[in-house]
Amino acid sequence: MPAFTPPPLPSDDKRWKIVNGTMRKNGFARHALIETLHTVQSAFGYLDDDAIRFVAHSLRVPLSQAYGVVTFYHYFSLKPPGKHTMTICEGTACYIKGADDLMAAAIKRLGIQQGQTTKDGGISLMKARCVGACSRAPVVLCDGEVAGEVTAEQMLEQLERWAVE
Amino acid sequence: MTIEELEQIAKTVSQENDKYDFEVNVCMDLACMSQGAGQLREALAKAAEASGKSVLVRRTGCMGPCSSGPLVRVDPEETLYHHVNAGHAEAIVSSLGGQPVPELQCDLNEHFDKQVRVVLENAGYIDPEKIDDYIVRDGYKALLTALTEMTPNGVIHRITESGLRGRGGGGYPTGLKWGTVAKAAGDLKYVVCNGDEGDPGAFMDRSVMEGDPHRVIEGMAIAAYAVGASKGFIYVRAEYPVAVSRLTTALRDARRRGLLGNGICNTPFNFDVEIRLGAGAFVCGEETALIASIEGRRGTPKPRPPYPAVSGLFGKPTLINNVETFANVAPIVRNGGKWFANMGSERSKGTKVFALTGKIANTGLVEVPMGIKLREIIEVIGGGVPGGHTFKAVQTGGPSGGCIPAEMLDVGVSYDALVRLGSIMGSGGMIVMDDTSCMVNVARFFVEFCMTESCGKCIPCRAGTAQMHTLLTRFCTGTGTMDDLDLLMGLCETIKETSLCGLGMTAPNPVLSTLKYFRNEYIEHIVHKRCPAGVCKMEAPVEVVA
Repeated sequence: MPAFTPPPLPSDDKRWKIVNGTMRKNGFARHALIETLHTVQSAFGYLDDDAIRFVAHSLRVPLSQAYGVVTFYHYFSLKPPGKHTMTICEGTACYIKGADDLMAAAIKRLGIQQGQTTKDGGISLMKARCVGACSRAPVVLCDGEVAGEVTAEQMLEQLERWAVE
Repeated sequence: MTIEELEQIAKTVSQENDKYDFEVNVCMDLACMSQGAGQLREALAKAAEASGKSVLVRRTGCMGPCSSGPLVRVDPEETLYHHVNAGHAEAIVSSLGGQPVPELQCDLNEHFDKQVRVVLENAGYIDPEKIDDYIVRDGYKALLTALTEMTPNGVIHRITESGLRGRGGGGYPTGLKWGTVAKAAGDLKYVVCNGDEGDPGAFMDRSVMEGDPHRVIEGMAIAAYAVGASKGFIYVRAEYPVAVSRLTTALRDARRRGLLGNGICNTPFNFDVEIRLGAGAFVCGEETALIASIEGRRGTPKPRPPYPAVSGLFGKPTLINNVETFANVAPIVRNGGKWFANMGSERSKGTKVFALTGKIANTGLVEVPMGIKLREIIEVIGGGVPGGHTFKAVQTGGPSGGCIPAEMLDVGVSYDALVRLGSIMGSGGMIVMDDTSCMVNVARFFVEFCMTESCGKCIPCRAGTAQMHTLLTRFCTGTGTMDDLDLLMGLCETIKETSLCGLGMTAPNPVLSTLKYFRNEYIEHIVHKRCPAGVCKMEAPVEVVA
């Protein structure tokens, strides 16, 4: 069997070297697929077709299987995130304390649905299953920073601050 | 590393700590951090330096009552301060050696008195990023004792004797599971720690992994020795970045100290652990799905048998336990099985950590002996329902569990008792609901969760949860009929009986338990088109003429 040569990096963007590093660390084994996709998403913010293709070829995983994995797990995103991200936690404790009202207020203010980004690419609206800060429910994440016991007014103020940037 | 070396480290570090007159411990768990514990710690360190007093300012894991955060505990006096901010730093430091700051003092004696801390014994006392802090509190002593003084069978015997049952929710006897993996044929075996705390509303495992990561690693290493494994994986949710970084640091430090790696404690025992990130799939809490995910595939479960104990990760015998189960191992090995078995109830031994949240005064983490009445947890430890509202139900077990009404609060907490009530122990989420929560709506919330989290492999779960959701949505919008209710009940039975894995089998539980205890709310929604709690927005409210 001829020796396997991994495909060349998609571009000279340095981030691909980080991605390649994860695969090398795992000996280009197939079971490193999810680990590698995590690296791609943390480096680029999302997974595009080129990235999935590159990872699949490098790990010798069928493209269909790689795409299947990407779409199976909620954490992976196929779309680039906006400049800012408002994530509303919809775990049980947050739900009991009115997370759906927060979500409704954000949808109304931004004019987009959950999982979408505003047209100008400014703000993404996401929902989280549970971030584990249940004792301070309802919780939102403003660009990943946890804010607890949030009211709709506080959240809208934050969205306002982002909008005028 | 030998036991003598370990004791020497503990001695040196404790002498170092004794040089300080005071210790100021700052809780830096997620809840306190979100209220400015980071700035608070800096301010305290600055104030301590300026004061010239000999003070050690330490970052710790979760101290428990998150609703009182940010929390600070001053030792040796053990004064607990609540709602502290950076502005209070100077007052706290200048009070050291004198009278405590009265306006910040936290009176939660009742909250703490009812608790027994085994899993959380170090929470609030150690810096999670310092292995020496863990060693001072008897850390890794159990591992080295097991390796040098006990046979693998002896370890399993001790765990069996303790009566420890799986803390992930199912409650399978841990000793029995270890015994099966130990007996399985094969040179290569794996130990996997399930840290995929997917249950929304639960955060015990996050706190343990973040606040005391070495305890989990030590438990895994002891398990590996007992079952003959040489390789371990910790599967952690990607949503818990702090846990991942704390575990990474802990693994590195344990390797440096020779507590992981080859020839641990000059014995032939080799063991190392890798971290694997979950990617947001509730079903990956199911062990065969978790294995698929570690192997880099979609997290779909497989029919059992073969059980992972015989053929698991990469087809090898695999031991899978939950974070809290592993966290119980070191104290059991240290103190003996009988010590552990003395706590708890007849068939549920030891303690259980619960994440107390929802409509309750003291939200946060609590650890109680098994057998304690639900009422004590909610009314005494939790401080009851605030805001003049009345208690309606407590939800345990997450999307696989059920809602327990006020009449049942005098039941003691145990695996079997909760199942009899139509709920489950689950991983330990405990969400309190008051009269402003609609039970039909809550049931719909959980079914929606299971519907989106169903992996789609088997039809009862994939199609059944979607149909349940449709029916419940009809009730919540005032368009349901009594025939729909019959249909829903039949559907619940079918899904329960015929689903492939635990997710599907337990998905109807929230519906069945609310139907059992709050049937009148369903009837109100269906017959009178009215939501008693005022949560559901009915399409066509109908005035009923009496």
